[in-house]
Amino acid sequence: MKRIITAVVQNRSGVLNRVTGLLQKRQFNIESISVGHTETEGISKMTLVVDVEDNQKLEQLTKQLNKQIDVLKVSDITDKAIVARELALIKVVSTGQLRQEIQGIIEPFRASIIDVSKDSLTVQVTGKPEKLEALIDLLRPYGIKELSRTGVTAFLRGHQPSVTEINTYSLLK
Amino acid sequence: MRVETKPVLQTGKEVGSELKTGADLLVKSLIEENVETIFGYPGGAVLPIYDALYRAKDAFDHILTRHEQGAIHAAEGYARVSGKPGVVIATSGPGATNLVTGIADAMMDSLPLVVFTGQVARGVIGTDAFQEADVIGITTPITKHNYQVQSISDLPRIVKEAFHIASTGRPGPVVVDIPKDISASPCNGTYDNSFHLPGYHPTIKPNPLQIKKLADALTKAKKPLILAGAGIIHGKAANLLREFAVKNNLPVTTTLLGLGSFPASNPLSLGMAGMHGTYSANMALYECDLLINIGARFDDRLTGNLAHFAPNAVVSHIDIDPAEIGKNVATQIPIVSDANAALQQLLVVVKETADHQEWLNLLNENKENYPLWYKNPKQELLPQWVMKVLHEVTNGDAIITTDVGQHQMWAAQYYTFSEPNKWVTSGGLGTMGFGFPAAIGAQLAAPDKTVVAVVGDGGFQMTLQELSVLQEKRLPVKVIIVNNGALGMVRQWQETFYEGRYSESLLSIQPDFVKLADSYDIRGYKIESQEQLETIFPEVFAYVGPVVVDCRVLQQENVYPMIAPGKGINEMIGVKP
Ligand SMILES: Cc1ncc(C[n+]2csc(CCOP(=O)(O)OP(=O)(O)O)c2C)c(N)n1
Ligand SMILES: [Mg+2]
Repeated sequence: MKRIITAVVQNRSGVLNRVTGLLQKRQFNIESISVGHTETEGISKMTLVVDVEDNQKLEQLTKQLNKQIDVLKVSDITDKAIVARELALIKVVSTGQLRQEIQGIIEPFRASIIDVSKDSLTVQVTGKPEKLEALIDLLRPYGIKELSRTGVTAFLRGHQPSVTEINTYSLLK
Repeated sequence: MRVETKPVLQTGKEVGSELKTGADLLVKSLIEENVETIFGYPGGAVLPIYDALYRAKDAFDHILTRHEQGAIHAAEGYARVSGKPGVVIATSGPGATNLVTGIADAMMDSLPLVVFTGQVARGVIGTDAFQEADVIGITTPITKHNYQVQSISDLPRIVKEAFHIASTGRPGPVVVDIPKDISASPCNGTYDNSFHLPGYHPTIKPNPLQIKKLADALTKAKKPLILAGAGIIHGKAANLLREFAVKNNLPVTTTLLGLGSFPASNPLSLGMAGMHGTYSANMALYECDLLINIGARFDDRLTGNLAHFAPNAVVSHIDIDPAEIGKNVATQIPIVSDANAALQQLLVVVKETADHQEWLNLLNENKENYPLWYKNPKQELLPQWVMKVLHEVTNGDAIITTDVGQHQMWAAQYYTFSEPNKWVTSGGLGTMGFGFPAAIGAQLAAPDKTVVAVVGDGGFQMTLQELSVLQEKRLPVKVIIVNNGALGMVRQWQETFYEGRYSESLLSIQPDFVKLADSYDIRGYKIESQEQLETIFPEVFAYVGPVVVDCRVLQQENVYPMIAPGKGINEMIGVKP
């Protein structure tokens, strides 16, 4: 099962290495990992999308992360009301004639063309991973020369529905 | 965790107070931590540190081992016996990589170590400079935490944090990597070691609701059992465990590392459980209906095949490390706590237990009918016999360190322990070469105790260069070589599981260990029969000073009983017929 885990960490050298190393050592599959500064100086946040077998493995994962000295807080936010976004850059083979056609495809995704050359163009798209995948699938027939994704970053929505309202849906299937 | 101390400007003239360089800051920090003994080996990147140690000559007893691996295993032995962090210094590159085995060993067995490694100067880090190794990268997976010092003013804080982290919560090794320019450059005399570790809050006190759940479970259990691990020893809780078990009539088995946490002579003791544990202990684990694990981590050498481990039990697990709970064995009553605090609570809260006399009777029958056993062919010297006589001659009161192999298991089985902190062995990593240097550290931690290194002829040859240290420091360690002319444990597995194909496990060439000892000016004895054993051992232990004893034991002897790999705890072979 896929889970979205966030880890708030002290921004010290080696902390990313420690976290990824521990996931590898304990044989956890990382789908994506993204890291960046938070609103507080010296504190960073990692967002991990992991694929774990069962709840027991998931518990191990969060406990092992929590055990690291520089990790301040670990949350599994998969089942919470969250905002989760990813960004992708897609370089598509395209000659002048196709540009209009591609423009038409990407528009409903609210993606934009951010670079154009003689024989290619680069699309930038932001959204949930499923949305990115859908666009990538649509662009594939044109020939994708290069694809780069940031991995998901996510946090809780400002309002968390009380337990009874939660209608569990997963962003990641 | 936040500790504030005022920055102070040093003007005093006591030892270590003249703060000229980064290395002086380090020395002062070590004095602040009450470090008395340092195990180390010099080299280029730590020359400034050794120079500062020279200036602070009287502050520490520095033990110059003959290999960095010797230093770190000695520090482990020291930590195990004293309960204080073992301190190690090694140079960059090869000095640091020589420590890796010991760091991993300490991580597995939760031993507090603070390890200082030299590093090349900051300006050349990352250029493959002479004797540069990525110590942080190499040690990250095998340390509780590690640091590379980036600024001289951070040094006091980092050292303080390192000692704090190593010795609190679940203990473990912490590495501090110090670039040479940091230790060499002048400091401005300020010393500020206040620290703040917002991500580190070990849980010490148990949740009372969980304690209550366990107490309730005890009112129903017909077949309760305590499994005692090294957490009891780390938590200084052996007395509390005894009180709790005796008060409630609860049988106790221990892990390999938990030996000594409960007196082997107590009628409630079932002895050690696991791969080479007793029949009664393993059957108790198989049949119990309430298993109370205190401070053990359900290692696979204990549990055997998990499908057969305590299949009918409600499991309660008390551990200071929440990540250990539920890792291998599903746990119904988790209690995150230090063993000491949990037992204190349990002593108050547990008022009654269900009647489990029938269970105790069964366990006692098993103990009586299926004790540890061996055939006794009178002619040859048996390793088990060596352990029995060792126990007698030392009144069961010695500190025993072991190496890894058959002799380790025989020592665990036959040198029955009545107190904690007397058993020093490499459990989790199973590190050959550990036993002898660990005895050096143990003796330094307990100068007035009898310390015995029980080693194999194979493992002793991995670190015997430390005989120099025995002689140099006149440490009265008794080295007992259980010499079977083989990598015995490997030979046993090849006999049992590979149809006797002894591939590279027989040692045809051995040094003459008596002459070897003699060359270090250390007393040596060779023992080849039971008679010699009984006359020579008393002499060995009457002598105040180091001794090496080469015990030529029967090569074919195997360690039994045994749970074969992949088998369940109820499927022992070699049980007394
Ligand atoms: C460093 C290391 N290398 C290899 C092993 C694998 N091993 C485990 S026991 C053993 C045999 C040890 O022989 P010896 O020291 O003579 O002890 P014995 O089993 O004969 O008592 C070996 C090779 C190990 N545990 N550690
Ligand atoms: Mg041997």
